[in-house]
Amino acid sequence: MLLIRCPVCEMDRPELEFRYGGEAHIARPLDPSKVSDEEWADFLYFRTNPKGLHVERWRHTAGCGRFFNAVRHTVTDRFVTTYKSGEPRPDLEALARKLESAR
Amino acid sequence: MNAPFRTEAGGRVDRARPLSFTFDGKSYPGFEGDTLASALLANGVHLVGRSFKYHRPRGLLSAGAEEPNALVGVGRGGRYTPNLRATQVELFDGLVAESQNRWPSLGFDVGEVNDLAPAGLLSAGFYYKTFMAPAGAWKSVFEPIIRKTAGLGVAPQEPDPDHYTHRHAFCDVLVVGAGAAGLAAALAAAGAGARVILADEQAELGGGLLSERGATIDGVEASAWAERTVAALRANPNVTLLTRAQCFGYYAQNFLGIVERLTDHASSPHPDLPRERMWKVRAKQVVLATGAIERPFCFPDNDRPGVMLASAARTYVNRYGVRPGSRALVFTADESGYAAALDLASAGLAVVCIAELRAQADGPGARAARAAGLAVHPSTVVTGVSGRLRVTGATLGAIGPDGRVTPGQTVACDLVLMAGGWTPAVHLFSQSRGKLRFDEERQVYLPGVSAQDERSAGACNGTFGIAASLAEGFAAGADAATKAGFAATAPATPDVKGEIVPAGGFHGAVPHHRDPQKVKAFVDFQNDVTAKDIKLAVREGMRSIEHVKRYTTNGMATDQGKTSNMQGLAIASDALGKPMPQVGLTTFRPPYTPVTFGAFAGHSRGLAFDPIRRTPTHDWAAAQGAVFEDVGMWKRAWFFPRRGEDMHAAVERECRQVRASVGIFDGSTLGKIEVVGPDAAEFMNRLYTNPWSKLEPGRCRYGLMLNEAGFVMDDGVIGRLAADRFHVTTTTGGAPRVLAHMEDYLQTEFTDLKVWLTSTTEQWAVIAVQGPNARKVLEPLVEGIDISAAAMPHMSLREGRICGVPTRLFRVSFTGELGFEVNVPADYGQAVWEAVWAEGQKHDMVAYGTESMHVLRAEKGYIIVGQETDGTVTPNDLGLDWAIGKAKPDFVGKRSLTRPDLVKADRKQLVGLLTEDPAVLLEEGAQVAAVATPVRGTPALGHVTSAYRSPAAGRSIAMALVAGGRARKGQTLYVPMANGAIAVTVTDPIFFDPKGERLDV
Amino acid sequence: MSDATITAARRSPLSAEASSLGGVTLTPGAPLLRLILRGAEAAEAADTAFGADLPRRPNRSATAGERAALWLGPDEWLLLAPESDAASLPASLASALAQAPHALVNVSHRQTAILVSGSGVEPLLNAFVPLELTEAAFPVGMATRTIFEKAEIVLWRTGSAAFHIEVWRSFAPYVWELLEAVRRENAAN
Ligand SMILES: [Zn+2]
Repeated sequence: MLLIRCPVCEMDRPELEFRYGGEAHIARPLDPSKVSDEEWADFLYFRTNPKGLHVERWRHTAGCGRFFNAVRHTVTDRFVTTYKSGEPRPDLEALARKLESAR
Repeated sequence: MNAPFRTEAGGRVDRARPLSFTFDGKSYPGFEGDTLASALLANGVHLVGRSFKYHRPRGLLSAGAEEPNALVGVGRGGRYTPNLRATQVELFDGLVAESQNRWPSLGFDVGEVNDLAPAGLLSAGFYYKTFMAPAGAWKSVFEPIIRKTAGLGVAPQEPDPDHYTHRHAFCDVLVVGAGAAGLAAALAAAGAGARVILADEQAELGGGLLSERGATIDGVEASAWAERTVAALRANPNVTLLTRAQCFGYYAQNFLGIVERLTDHASSPHPDLPRERMWKVRAKQVVLATGAIERPFCFPDNDRPGVMLASAARTYVNRYGVRPGSRALVFTADESGYAAALDLASAGLAVVCIAELRAQADGPGARAARAAGLAVHPSTVVTGVSGRLRVTGATLGAIGPDGRVTPGQTVACDLVLMAGGWTPAVHLFSQSRGKLRFDEERQVYLPGVSAQDERSAGACNGTFGIAASLAEGFAAGADAATKAGFAATAPATPDVKGEIVPAGGFHGAVPHHRDPQKVKAFVDFQNDVTAKDIKLAVREGMRSIEHVKRYTTNGMATDQGKTSNMQGLAIASDALGKPMPQVGLTTFRPPYTPVTFGAFAGHSRGLAFDPIRRTPTHDWAAAQGAVFEDVGMWKRAWFFPRRGEDMHAAVERECRQVRASVGIFDGSTLGKIEVVGPDAAEFMNRLYTNPWSKLEPGRCRYGLMLNEAGFVMDDGVIGRLAADRFHVTTTTGGAPRVLAHMEDYLQTEFTDLKVWLTSTTEQWAVIAVQGPNARKVLEPLVEGIDISAAAMPHMSLREGRICGVPTRLFRVSFTGELGFEVNVPADYGQAVWEAVWAEGQKHDMVAYGTESMHVLRAEKGYIIVGQETDGTVTPNDLGLDWAIGKAKPDFVGKRSLTRPDLVKADRKQLVGLLTEDPAVLLEEGAQVAAVATPVRGTPALGHVTSAYRSPAAGRSIAMALVAGGRARKGQTLYVPMANGAIAVTVTDPIFFDPKGERLDV
Repeated sequence: MSDATITAARRSPLSAEASSLGGVTLTPGAPLLRLILRGAEAAEAADTAFGADLPRRPNRSATAGERAALWLGPDEWLLLAPESDAASLPASLASALAQAPHALVNVSHRQTAILVSGSGVEPLLNAFVPLELTEAAFPVGMATRTIFEKAEIVLWRTGSAAFHIEVWRSFAPYVWELLEAVRRENAAN
C-alpha cells in the first residue's frame, strides 16, 4: 500500500483513502459547441499514457475530499510530487533530471 | 513410552512436560518445545512423505522454513491444514498429523511405480510434450488422472471455523529475524530510543544461536546470551517482539507483511483468539537479518530418508535433544559440516567419517574434527546411498586430480549429512526491489544496491559466524536508528569464543562415476526435479534460468526453491558454459512461505465481508415477513409474501392493491444530495440535461445526468427548496458515483461556482405512499401543509411536519398513480412509517417491495438507469429528448450528443415488446433478432432490458433496446431461445394509462 | 427545523449498549446536532456564531463547551453540538452567515457516534484504521475522515486514550461489530 502525500492535508496518507482520477491538466473546452468532432473526441478519449513521469489527478476521497495533482513515475510507481488542483503543472524535464541525479 | 532417539539431557525442550501426538494414526510421545519434525525423529521416524512426481519415500531434509519434503496435514475437519512443514509445526498435546501424497500408505505407495518408469517418460517438459494433442484430451483425460496421482495435500472440505485478524503497525525500525544479527540490531536500535518491532518465524527468539553448542558469547553459552538479550528487549516498552511471525512480503515504501500464528501451537486455545494475525507494518527503517539456507548436495539418491542437511542435524541434536540417527556420514564442502560432526559425536552418535569434497581439508573445522579423533577424507564425494525407506549405507568416491571420480568404499550408516555451503536468504531484500550482486568468490547472490530504507545484516548479507553477525547487527541497528532520527552508536561487540565460522561451499552437481541416465540426483526435492532434468532443459534450448525454471518446474513448488534455486542455476550455468550471473536469477516474489487465505481475508468474511446496510424501517419490514434482496450493500424489502404466496402471487397482489387503493414503499436507499449555494441553479444547469433556472422553489423536476461522452449515467427527481437549495435524488446504486462526478466538475472545471454538495442519503428516511388513496392516508397525519390537488400538484415539494416530525414532502410518482414521498429524519423513520401504516389500514394499504416497484414503473415505461441503460445509451435512445434543455449553451455531455456516432439512425432505441402469447414472459438479457432462426454470427438487433408479468396490462410486458426500434413499431421480431424463437410485436414502451391521467388527481 | 417538540419515538441506528472489556470501553454516542458547514468565506462569521473558532489547520478540531468544530476539508467543517441546540443554533448560524456564500446542511441523523476509550484503544482501532494512531502522529484534537476496513468514518481523538468515531448510520453496526470482535480478541490475548 503506497503512501501518498496530500497537498491539502499536508500529510502522507495511505493509498486506501485515495481514488485515482486519470490524467491531469486535460482542460474541458470553455465552449464545447465551438470545437470540432475530432477535437472533442481527442478531449474525451485520448491520453498520453507515458512511460515515465505522468501527471495525474487524485482525490483524497476518504480524507479532505479534495482533488489534487500528482507526478508519478509509471515504471517505478513512485510519487515524485503532489500539488494542489489549480497550481501549474511542474516542469517534468527538470523533475526527471533531478530524479536522475539523485540515483 | 520412551522416545528411543531422545538424548539423555540437553536441548531446549521441556522434559518436564511430556506430550502425546499422532502421525498417520500412530501415537508417539514428545516434549513441549518440540516441533513435529523433532518429535518424529526422536521416535526414529524418518519417512514422512512421498515425493510429488515419483512418489519416492522422503524424509526430513531440514529443520526450518526451507523444508521441501516433510509436508504434512495437521488437524481435523475444518481446522485441517494441508502442506504444513513438519519442521515448523509446534507440538502440542493431542496434535493429529498425517502424511500426504501417498496411497494406500506411506510405507507402500502404488505411485512409486512412477519412479521405475523408463527414463525420459516423466522427465522435464513431460507435461508440455505429452499432452499437446488431441485437443480437449487434457481437460477430460490427462488432467484428472494427474491431479489424482500427483499433487500435494488436499484442501479441507468444511468451512474454516477459525477467525483471522489484521493489525496496522508503525515503527522506527523493523528487524526481521532474531538470530545473532537480528537480536543485535534490535538491541542497538532500541537502545537509541527507537520504536522497534522484532519479528521471527520461530516460537523462540534466537535463531541459530539456539542450535549452537560450544560457542560462548561474553562467557555464556550462545543460547543463554540470546535468552538474556530477549529478556532485555522484552523489558523495553519501545520494543514489540513478535514470535511465530513470518515476514512474508516486502512492498513499496517500507510496507511489510507479517503473519503471526497465535493458536496453532496450542491444544485448546482461547476461543476468542484469532488463529493468525496479519501485521501490516510501515517501518521507517528495516533491518533484514533473515539468515542463510544450507545447500544440499546433488548426488544420486540424495533424497533418501536419512539424508539431511548438516545444520538441521545440529539443530535436532543441540536444540531439541534428538539424535537423528546412530551412525552418521558427514559430507561437507564447508567448515560448518565439521561443527555438525563434532556436535553429533558429542551427543553420542558414531561419526563414520567426514567426506570433504574440497581438496584441502585443513581449515579450522577439519583441524578441530581431527583433534576430536574424527576421520576426515579430502577430495571425497558421496556417489550414492543404499536403502529405500531409510538410508542403510553410502558409497564414497575419490576425486582425482583430473576431476574424475573413482569408486571407493561403501560405509554403513543411517544418516548422511550434507554441508554444501550457505545461500544467503535474500528473498525479502529482492522483494524490496533492491538489486542483488553476485559474489564471485563465494558464488552467491548478496544484497547490492538498496531501493528502500533497509540494510541486511548477518548471514543474509553473506556475513557468517556469530561474532561477525553480532558486529554487523549492532552496526545495522545503529544505522537504522540514526536514519530514523535517533542518536545511535553501535554497542561494542561481545567476546565470542569457540565458534566454527561457516566458510567454503560447493555449487552444482556432485561429480560421480555412475551412468547419469540411470540415477536420480535431486535438485528440487519438492517438485522432483533432477540434475538430469536441468541439463535436458539446456539441451532442448532453454537459455535463461526463467525458461529452465518453467520447463523443469524447478523452484516452483510451495517451498519456492529455497534449497534448489541456486543449485539449479549452478547446474544450468555448468551446462551452458556460462557464469551464473549471465544465466540469470529467478525473481523472488512474496510470499516467502505460503500464507493462508484466512490471514489475507482477516475479518472480511461471512456476514462481515461487506457492510450490510439496513434502512431505518428495516426491522418493520422484517417483522412483516419481507423477503430482502441485496442492492449494492443495501438490504431492500423485495416483496412481502403472505402465507402460501410465492413471489409471483405476492407481487401481483401488491401491484393490484397499489393501483386499486394505496401502497407503502421504502425509498430510503435513494441517493440524496443537497446542492446549496448562490450558484446552485447554474451548477444544476451544467450537471443535468434539464433547465433549472426557472424551476420555482417548491417544485420538482425529473433530472437526467449524462457523462461527458453523452451517455446516461443517472436520473432522479430533484426538488428546489429555495433559490439557493436543491434536494437532488439519485438512483440507489448511483449515489456515490453521482456525488463524485459532481465534485469532480465542481472542484476541477466549474471552480467559479459558489455551490457546495452534501450527501444527505442517510439523513432522510423516505416513505413512498402511492395509489389513488395516498392523499387520504396522509391528510390526517400532515401538519402545516395543504396537500390537496390544487395546493400541491404533481411534482411539487413542501416542508412541514408529519406526526410531529419535520418532513420534506414530495408529491412524486414512480408508479403512475397519485403519490407522495415522505422524507423524515432517519431516526424517526420507523415511527412515522408505523403511523402511516396504521392510517393506511383504513384503505387496505399494502406494503410493497422492490419487485412490485419495478413492475409498476415498467407498466408506465419508466426507465431504471442500469437496467434500461448500460453506459452506451443516450437520452434520444430512451425517448427522453424532452428532458434536454436545448436552449442551454452547455451541460456535461451536450457536445457529445451531436457526435456522428450518437446521431446514427440505426442506434438502439427503447421500445416495448409484446409476445404473441400474452402468457409467455421474455427473459431479461435475451437477444432480439429479425428472423426466428438467424444465421450463426448475425449481430443481434438488440436485447430485452426488462420483462414482467403485468397485472395492469393483464399480460406479460417487456422493454428492449432495438436497432432503429422506434421505426419498427408494429413489426414482428423474434427472441431466439434454446427451445425455439418467441415472436414479439414492437410497441411503445408504455403499457398502462398512456396519457398519465391517474397522476393528476 | 427543530426537534425539540417531537414526540414520535426515536430509534438510534445502534441498538448496542455501552460496555467495557479488556481495557476498552465502547459507547454508542447520544444524539447530537450535526451540521455540515461549507464555504471558506463563511468561517469567520461562523466562529462567533458557533462560539468556537473553526479550525483552519488541516485535520484539527476546536471545542467550546459541548460544541466542537472538526476540520474535514479546506472549506468543510463538521459542527457538533448538543441536541438542545437543535432549536436555535441552525437558525442563528444561518442568520450570522447570511452575507457570506456558504452551505449549511443538517446531517444530525445521517450519522451516529461510537465512542472508544481505554488503554487498548490504539491497537483496537489499528485493526481496521490504516493511520498511525500514536499520540505523536495523531494528537489529541486531531480529526479526519479515513477508512475503517470497508466503511468511511470521521476519527477524532478526544483524549489521550479516547476517540470519537462519526459514521454514517447504516455503516454503524458494521463498525461496532468489528470493534467488538477485535476487542474480544485483544482481551483474550
Ligand atoms: Zn487531504
